[in-house]
Amino acid sequence: MHSLEPPREDATLIRLEAADALIAQWTRRHGAARDQLLPLLHMLQEEMGFVDDALVAPIAAAFNLSRADVHGVVTFYHDFRRVPAGRHVVKICRAESCQARGGAAIEAAAAERLGVAMGGTRRDGQVTLEAVYCLGLCAVGPNALVDGRPVARVDADRLDAIAREIAA
Amino acid sequence: MKRVYVSRDMASVALGADEIARTLAQAGCDVVRTGSRGLFSIEPLVEVEMPEGRIGYGPVGAADVGKILDGTHPHRLGDVGALPFFVSQQRFTFARCGITDPLSLEDYAAHGGWRGLDAARAAAPQQVVDIVKASGLRGRGGAGFPTGIKWQTVLDAPDGPRFIVCNADEGDSGTFADRMLMEGDPYCLIEGMAIAAHAVGASRGYIYIRSEYPFAIDTMRAAIDRAAGRIAPFVIEVRAGAGAYVCGEETALLDSIEGKRGQVRAKPPLPALKGLFGKPTVINNVLSLAAVPFILAEGAQAYADVGFGRSRGTMPVQLAGNVKHGGLYEVGFGITLGELVNDIGGGTESGRPVRAVQVGGPLGAYFPPSMFHLPFDYEAFAQAGGLIGHAGITVFDDTADMAQMARFAMEFCAVESCGKCTPCRIGSTRGVEVMDRIIAARDAAPVAAEGAAGGYLGEALHSRAPSRIDTGIAAQTALLRDLCDTMKFGSLCALGGFTPYPVLSALDHFPEDFGAPAPIEQAAE
Repeated sequence: MHSLEPPREDATLIRLEAADALIAQWTRRHGAARDQLLPLLHMLQEEMGFVDDALVAPIAAAFNLSRADVHGVVTFYHDFRRVPAGRHVVKICRAESCQARGGAAIEAAAAERLGVAMGGTRRDGQVTLEAVYCLGLCAVGPNALVDGRPVARVDADRLDAIAREIAA
Repeated sequence: MKRVYVSRDMASVALGADEIARTLAQAGCDVVRTGSRGLFSIEPLVEVEMPEGRIGYGPVGAADVGKILDGTHPHRLGDVGALPFFVSQQRFTFARCGITDPLSLEDYAAHGGWRGLDAARAAAPQQVVDIVKASGLRGRGGAGFPTGIKWQTVLDAPDGPRFIVCNADEGDSGTFADRMLMEGDPYCLIEGMAIAAHAVGASRGYIYIRSEYPFAIDTMRAAIDRAAGRIAPFVIEVRAGAGAYVCGEETALLDSIEGKRGQVRAKPPLPALKGLFGKPTVINNVLSLAAVPFILAEGAQAYADVGFGRSRGTMPVQLAGNVKHGGLYEVGFGITLGELVNDIGGGTESGRPVRAVQVGGPLGAYFPPSMFHLPFDYEAFAQAGGLIGHAGITVFDDTADMAQMARFAMEFCAVESCGKCTPCRIGSTRGVEVMDRIIAARDAAPVAAEGAAGGYLGEALHSRAPSRIDTGIAAQTALLRDLCDTMKFGSLCALGGFTPYPVLSALDHFPEDFGAPAPIEQAAE
């Protein structure tokens, strides 16, 4: 399937082959009706860490959709990453209820303390800092999600603890 | 062995409940993980089973376990249900939340579960629809459309497959009732969906849960597995969202389940007639469906007896943001905004004066304390230029910059717009630019003397802008109103259509933040 593309490094090739196997396994179990596309993308991101642009073609083939269609879906949803994230992912809530509790200052402090701008990955690949719009913990903000673990009442001390956790 | 109760709700866990539960288990306690009671100023909360009933301690930390178990901790609350915050509530939908083990079928049945479904299945579909109509239940997602009428449309649709879809894409900041219910009493939602399925003849249902709610997704999936036999032949499947706010709009949600970009569909056709996969579909919010078991079990009249005007029953109000006693407060419609914010919520947590409250999430209006007499009622809020939405109330103290909040509303709309219609897609970005000019001009001329607003300094700041654009405050404010008008009437759905609510309400009620003179206080009559 990738024979027309220039030769890739071995690691990439192995990764793409693994993804092809995951897609085949998925469609055998769940079928390839279009409504299985989002669950498949969630699974791929869970397994691979991100949805590589190189997977758009095999997914389109498996679902009998155009590549534009699949690309359109992958890029529409904020959750799907097209490049790998850092080893740790810190999400800070930017929504109104957290703002009402000093969220903007915490957002700035987090960027400074973790050494990475909002929406970016630190150069050493250790952490990605992202905005999230509401975790539903609106009476105990400002809130964060650290590698999927919710943290409430984020202040300077909790940011320090998060920074230590990320350094480890 | 001492039995203790600790919440597993995501908010409780975020405050450290897991660590406390672990410590209690190590101390030899039988730890039961429940949902949250709904008052977050006393969380993390531990309840210890005693001969006289459950005795609460909170807020507490893992280091407090010794003193909790010997009963000497100073944060002893006694019977949590007897606290003023709970005594004054009318918990119809959230009766079990915080009390039972969310995944225990035994607990659910012992606390009145399945009575609604049994009553429904003993009745004909039309009778069930009539009961829901008679209860006066209106869509709790925000639009307030009568639930029974929606079900009637689906029941009357031509033969063929039909679906029940639960909208659990609770993206509005300041709201968390859906999340709390799914984590704290998932069988209640499952029962409500099974009743809806019986009423309209559906055999399959979907719950679309936003990905920001991982705890709710896990709990609902586990609960569906366990309840499968009880609701058969009806089957339910959970679908996880992928971080798109607009998928809370019902037609975008349907497209998302179908595996497409979550873009809004033009209505008509109504989803009740052409919904999921083009089939007749009941699509209701979590709270609408979760209200139904009570209505079927206790009768339509018991529900309709509570409420105000055309808003019948109870509303699980969510007190959020800078509020002292934040949490979930279920009460009949008609309570005033001021009672909720000041009496129940206890004012701001920061101790500063309340400046504004936003009701109904990012698309809801900002109200000043001078409007706290408003009764919580769909019609009263609409008349006052706002909306109840999903009944989240976000409290701000006097440090809030309302022009920045208006800018944020536009920015949020720009980030989350699905892109299908122009007023929303382009208007939101233009809105951010206009707000930036207003804020820049305001900051350049902080004293808003008549005629000086934006004046020379404002012009100078934007000297690189084409000279024909008047970047002064008056012109930009007029442009903002014009833009809001276009978005309100030209957008396909509530995202573009309602973003003007927070923007214009901030402008109307807090003009001083937009560089205009403060409104003259109305003299008392």
